[in-house]
Amino acid sequence: MSNLSRRKLITTGLAATAGASGLAVAARLALRHGLIPPDHGGIYGPGETLTYAFQRMLTRHSLAREFPRSQISKTPFANVVDPLGEEFKRLQAGAFTGWRLAVDGMVARPASFSLAELKSYPSRNQITHLACEEGWSFIAEWTGVPLSHLLHLVGILPQARYVVYFSIQHDWWDSVDMADALHPQTLVTYGMNGGELPVGHGGPIRLRVPRQLGYKNVKYITRLTVTDSMKGFGQGLGSVSPEGGYAWYAGI
Amino acid sequence: MADSVWIPGRASAVLASTNTPRHTAIVRVTHWITTLCFFALLVSGIEIVISHPRFYWGETGSVLTPALFELPIPASRSSVHTGYGFVWPDHNGWSRYLHFQAAWIAVLTGLLYAVSGLFTRHFRENLLPAGADLSWSALSSVIANHLRFKSPGEAEAWSYNVLQRLTYLLVIFVLFPLVIWTGLAMSPAIASAFPAVVTVFGGQQSARTIHFFVSVFLLLFLLVHIVMVWLAGFRNRMRAMITGRAGAHKEHA
Repeated sequence: MSNLSRRKLITTGLAATAGASGLAVAARLALRHGLIPPDHGGIYGPGETLTYAFQRMLTRHSLAREFPRSQISKTPFANVVDPLGEEFKRLQAGAFTGWRLAVDGMVARPASFSLAELKSYPSRNQITHLACEEGWSFIAEWTGVPLSHLLHLVGILPQARYVVYFSIQHDWWDSVDMADALHPQTLVTYGMNGGELPVGHGGPIRLRVPRQLGYKNVKYITRLTVTDSMKGFGQGLGSVSPEGGYAWYAGI
Repeated sequence: MADSVWIPGRASAVLASTNTPRHTAIVRVTHWITTLCFFALLVSGIEIVISHPRFYWGETGSVLTPALFELPIPASRSSVHTGYGFVWPDHNGWSRYLHFQAAWIAVLTGLLYAVSGLFTRHFRENLLPAGADLSWSALSSVIANHLRFKSPGEAEAWSYNVLQRLTYLLVIFVLFPLVIWTGLAMSPAIASAFPAVVTVFGGQQSARTIHFFVSVFLLLFLLVHIVMVWLAGFRNRMRAMITGRAGAHKEHA
């Protein structure tokens, strides 16, 4: 076989070397710019990393679509939630006046906010789409205080990379990167369609991350933790979702 | 140019040069990678649909709104009342991971195929039909031959007929781009950066419904493709796509 000429061998070798070093450089750059998701390991790690890295580069500052009032869904589906425990029922009986949202971790001034305090801060209204990974969706008007406002109140430290959020339901927690945490549309939401946020939709407070699918929008949040690493939170995969087989990043 | 199908002299001239592969290495490699991705996308796509086998038009839709249509299958969510009294186990997690991973590999493979196809004149020489083949008489004669299950001539072991060319062009340049586009249109993050990606379809649920139909067309293509390969001589066609050798002499054995 004379097909394998020296020239062909050299070009193939050079192309392979260029490809391998290109990948190595890309991996270093991705790590430096925070484009590696916490669930980057395992057989689906490459696809998850590509999706997260590309979407993060393309959408770092983009705003979720907002809709006119006429497009608000008349029958927003709240989905099924696991039964709420005794602690929730006790707070519900007190009209949630005892509900607290604690903020801790890599912050200068850890704090705990009551529902009334949250409502006293500058609020934002937005009419956005909430889509579930199953395929259904609805549009609603959401009212809340931007998460970035709370983070600035407590003073996040420069090394912060993720904000972890916990539900009163113990097996439900998630996290977002700082691009989503500081995004103007990421709301600590307490109102929906002009009224209180209904319990079915996560009331009294739910984190709305409108550029990601429904399951990132954790209901009944009680605590936020700012961190530079997801190690030590559950299995270190970024949220409880990958532990149940679901991707940490849900931008698609 | 692309009219070699109907000129026997040209085909036997090609047959004589045994070193020329029926399919180039890049076509063969990208074909089989795409095949693997196709099955991964199909299986995971079916799993994802099972979690909500209802379809809508516009921006929104849920179990509380009327459906455009429903698939008559049980769902993997108890919230969808399908009337079967049976709920599949949830496989959406790994299905979504696999769907996007396979989509990435398919898109990168497709880009490699498209760029190399332009540079090697693959599209122009092997897929673009000759003007004469697009006349009604030429088209109807090919269609009639297909309907009579007439065996393909020797030349067709070396080149595509006009129906094959049109079908492959439709799949490569219409169905694949459309299925990728409608898939991206379902992404809230992509919609935030490029709202037109979804608004051209009239909404996220419309994009999902179109995504489903394009997938059905792609599946139909796959089934017909397999049947045609079988009818044309499975072993030889498979060898041509794996090793590159056509072996047209034994074609109708």
